Amino acid sequence: MYIIVVGGGKVGYYLTKTLLEEGHEVLLIERSTDKVETFVEHFGAVVIAGDGAEAATLAAAGAARADVVIAVTGEDEDNLVVCQTARQKFHVGRTIARVNNPKNEHLFRLLGIDVTVSQTNYILNLIEQAIPERSFVHVLNLRHADLAIVEARIAASSVVAHKAIGEVALPVDCVIAAVARGAHLIIPTPATELEPGDDVIAVTRPEQEDELRRLLCIEC
Amino acid sequence: MAVKVVVMGCGRVGARVAGILDHNGHDVSVIDVDSRSFRRLPTDYRGDTIIGTGIDEDVLRAAGIGRAAAFVAVADGDNQNIMAAQVARLVFNVPEVVCRIYDPVREDTYRRLGLTTICPTTTVSAMILDHVIGAASPIGVARGDGSGGEG
Repeated sequence: MYIIVVGGGKVGYYLTKTLLEEGHEVLLIERSTDKVETFVEHFGAVVIAGDGAEAATLAAAGAARADVVIAVTGEDEDNLVVCQTARQKFHVGRTIARVNNPKNEHLFRLLGIDVTVSQTNYILNLIEQAIPERSFVHVLNLRHADLAIVEARIAASSVVAHKAIGEVALPVDCVIAAVARGAHLIIPTPATELEPGDDVIAVTRPEQEDELRRLLCIEC
Repeated sequence: MAVKVVVMGCGRVGARVAGILDHNGHDVSVIDVDSRSFRRLPTDYRGDTIIGTGIDEDVLRAAGIGRAAAFVAVADGDNQNIMAAQVARLVFNVPEVVCRIYDPVREDTYRRLGLTTICPTTTVSAMILDHVIGAASPIGVARGDGSGGEG
C-alpha cells in the first residue's frame, strides 16, 4: 500500500518506522526542515518538508495514488483539514486522523473522516481499567455497530445480586456476554445466577452505559 | 432587528467586525485565546469576550452559539477557521457562517464544500494588481489561474 503520514512528532515517527518495516511504501510529510533532515538520515528519501494541509504539498507527495492518508499532528484542526483535503481534492479512499481532544472524535466522524484515533481516550481507558477499585469500566467502543463493551462488578447491594440473568430487566439493546467468577469464566444462560463480586462483561449501546451502571453496581 | 453574532478571533478584522456589530446594537460575543487581544475592541464595546479556542464546542456554547444568527471565523489560522466554521454549521446549525481562509487553494476546496469563504489573498492581490496594471482582469486574478496578469 502507498501510505502518506502527515506530522513527524513521536507518533508520526514511530508510525512511519513501523509501516516501512512492514514493507509498505510510505511518505512522511513534516513541516520543520530540521526534523526532515534527521528523518532522511534515519529513513532515506521517504520524507518531504511541507505543510500537509496544503494541496500543493499533497500533490507533490502523490496523494492522488495514495491508498491511505494518516494525519497525526498535535493539532486537531490541522489533522481535520489534511484528511478533508486528501479526500476532496485527491479522492483518497481512506483517511485516518489523530484526535487530540477526545471531544472531537464524534465531530471528525460527522465531518467524514473514516477513522479517528484518540490516544487521550485510549490512555484514559487503560488507566480506568488499571484502577482496582473501579466497579464499572468502559472497555471498548465497537465503532461501526455503535456498541460498547463494558466490565462491571456486581455490588452486594445491587438489585440483580442473587438473581438469574433471565429475571433481570436489562436496558434494551444490552446483553451480558460473559461472567467472570474468581478464576472461572462463565458463558451465561438465562438460568445463570449473578453473585456479588462477579465481573460481568456486557455489550451495550453507549447511551445505556449509565443505566447499566446503576443496575449492576449501585455502590459506584 | 438585533441578532446574536459570535466572532472567533479578535485580531484587527475580528475586533473591527465585533465593534461595528456591537455599535449597531447587535448581541456580540468575541472569542480569542489571548485575553490581551480584547484590547483591540473599541472602548465602548458592550458585548461579551470569551477566552478560548473556537474549535472547542464548549467554548462556542459559552459564547452563545446555540442562539447565534451568524458565526464569523477570523482567527489567524486557516485550519482553525475551517474547523470552527464546520462545527458552527453542522453541530450548531448557525444560519450564516463566514470563514476567512488565506490559502486560495484551501479556500476553493471549502467553498465547493459549501462554506461561505473569504480569501484576503486573492481579493487583496486583485485590488493591488488592478492599481498596478490597470487593465488586469480581477476575475482572472481571483480565479488564481494567472490569466489576470496577462490580460
